[in-house]
Amino acid sequence: MGSMNPVNWRERVPVWKAIEASPLPAGAPSEKAKIVIVGTGLVGLAQAIDLGQRGHDVVVLGRFDFIPLGSKAICFSKRSLDILDRLGVGEQSVERGVVWNVGKVFWKEERAPVYQFDMLPVKNQKMPGFINIQQYYLEEMLIARAMELPNVDIRWGHDVTAIDPGEGSVGVEVASAAGGYHIDAEWLIACDGNKSTIRELMGLDFEGRVFEDNFLIADVKMKGERPSERWFWFDPPFNPGKSVLLHKQPDDVWRIDFQLGWNIDREACIRPENVDPLIRAMLGQDVEYEQEWYSVYTFQCRRMARFVHGRVLFAGDSAHLVSPFGARGCNGGFADIDNLGWKLDLILRGEADASLLESYNEEAIATADENILNSTRSTDFITPKSKISTIFRDAVLELSGEVPFAQGLVNSGRLSTAVSYSGSALNTPDGEDWQGKGIAPGSPALDAPLDEGWLLERLGGRFVLLTNGDPGFAVPGVETIDLSSISNAARALERHDLTPGAAILIRPDHYVAARWKSPTAAAVAGALARAKGALPS
Amino acid sequence: MKLVTSPNLANADGVYEKLIALHHGLDEEESMRVNARLILLLINHIGDADIVSEAIRHAGLGTQQN
Repeated sequence: MGSMNPVNWRERVPVWKAIEASPLPAGAPSEKAKIVIVGTGLVGLAQAIDLGQRGHDVVVLGRFDFIPLGSKAICFSKRSLDILDRLGVGEQSVERGVVWNVGKVFWKEERAPVYQFDMLPVKNQKMPGFINIQQYYLEEMLIARAMELPNVDIRWGHDVTAIDPGEGSVGVEVASAAGGYHIDAEWLIACDGNKSTIRELMGLDFEGRVFEDNFLIADVKMKGERPSERWFWFDPPFNPGKSVLLHKQPDDVWRIDFQLGWNIDREACIRPENVDPLIRAMLGQDVEYEQEWYSVYTFQCRRMARFVHGRVLFAGDSAHLVSPFGARGCNGGFADIDNLGWKLDLILRGEADASLLESYNEEAIATADENILNSTRSTDFITPKSKISTIFRDAVLELSGEVPFAQGLVNSGRLSTAVSYSGSALNTPDGEDWQGKGIAPGSPALDAPLDEGWLLERLGGRFVLLTNGDPGFAVPGVETIDLSSISNAARALERHDLTPGAAILIRPDHYVAARWKSPTAAAVAGALARAKGALPS
Repeated sequence: MKLVTSPNLANADGVYEKLIALHHGLDEEESMRVNARLILLLINHIGDADIVSEAIRHAGLGTQQN
């Protein structure tokens, strides 16, 4: 039984909002559970809602009995917003957050950007390219949504102290202020962050690069008439030789990231008297602001070798870490739970073999590797590691003001977009020539207006056969949506190149599994079986 | 190999002379900067990642990492 006294985390971690610690569960001292999720951060909560919405009983264990304060994730991508929308909090996130699509890059004292980009090149989609919102607001929304689901049981202040991963179940020892108890879980999902207790208890690897640079996060509250855009400076006069990032959050809070360099006194750097000159140099000597949160961070690009370890599954920061340039941390975590949820659902329902989880391992690692690759490249551009790399970086910035091609090389962060699983075993390769049009298997369906609403809303979280015309057959386990019978479907048809008679099989996470110009029932059934993990016949 | 390694340039001596003249009077740092600009311009003009990769590999022959 969990005999250790639980840590009083309120003394160690700044509290944004206290939540009453949960009592001992009815099943204590020993209970059984289908799914235990460890972690009450954004990734754990989102996974709990996903599985709860699919009808499963979920126990969520959170070591904190509060929502923590502090500057953490703030940038949420369109793909994450699409996922959050499916979980029931997309619209309120956008309403509460600061919407932005445009990023600008500045160099030295130049007032005009050397480069700018738009994160939502395809318009007429429900969700914007990005929103910024404080992590605690989003956590609060997800908690409220999870509490609407009677089958989701969040236990605040319940800390895992030991686990025993077995073949048929996972033993979990839990400590809480009300006492210790044991859970015998069919599945355990570790969403417990970069210092994952579960990863540590299992003695698992976590490999990659650690970057030796320090960045100051200054979240400050100030009134100001700046546009809701991502502004990034290379070598500005107010932080010579280094970079600065400015980003708007709700409530007139602005995130400013100052690159600090290697050998610094981390304690001294966050003292208000040392932050103040940096802020005044940047925003003007007479700027009025209040400190919301200061901290210093370094970063790493690492991942576990595998995310699936028998009945223990890793998602989010517990499985992979990236540098913050590109907003690929939490957005990568949402991609994980979106991928994992429907697969575990099918396994629990007996509609798929547990080997389907191997595709979670592959696809989530493909996402993590793309995120790590991109954020490593951005980091090397932003903080060059040698004289010659600084010279090349500056040559790119200089040329970008002179000739158009160089703008494409400016890398202040390649911001998170959906990752394609073009090599996934779940895809059925095209049998016809789509001439590069539409959305290929392994990429997510593209939102478009539909009827009074949106395509992605209509897809929901199940397998859908999207057609242009009545296919003349139905396949069990797949809902057919005939776009030709729905008003305002022109863009949805065009974006997926659905010519008359054509059809696309879309997975519960909105990824395209297969497509046909002239589908047959057998072909759709075969692709469905393959997308559920059966070997192609 | 897609990278052309046989003679491929008319008036090679004249082009070489221009390359050296570009650096005339520059200190090492300025020369590195100008070279970087030149490399970036040429890479974009070549426009073929395979050829550029082959050139990068060949240029690195004989250095410690290669």
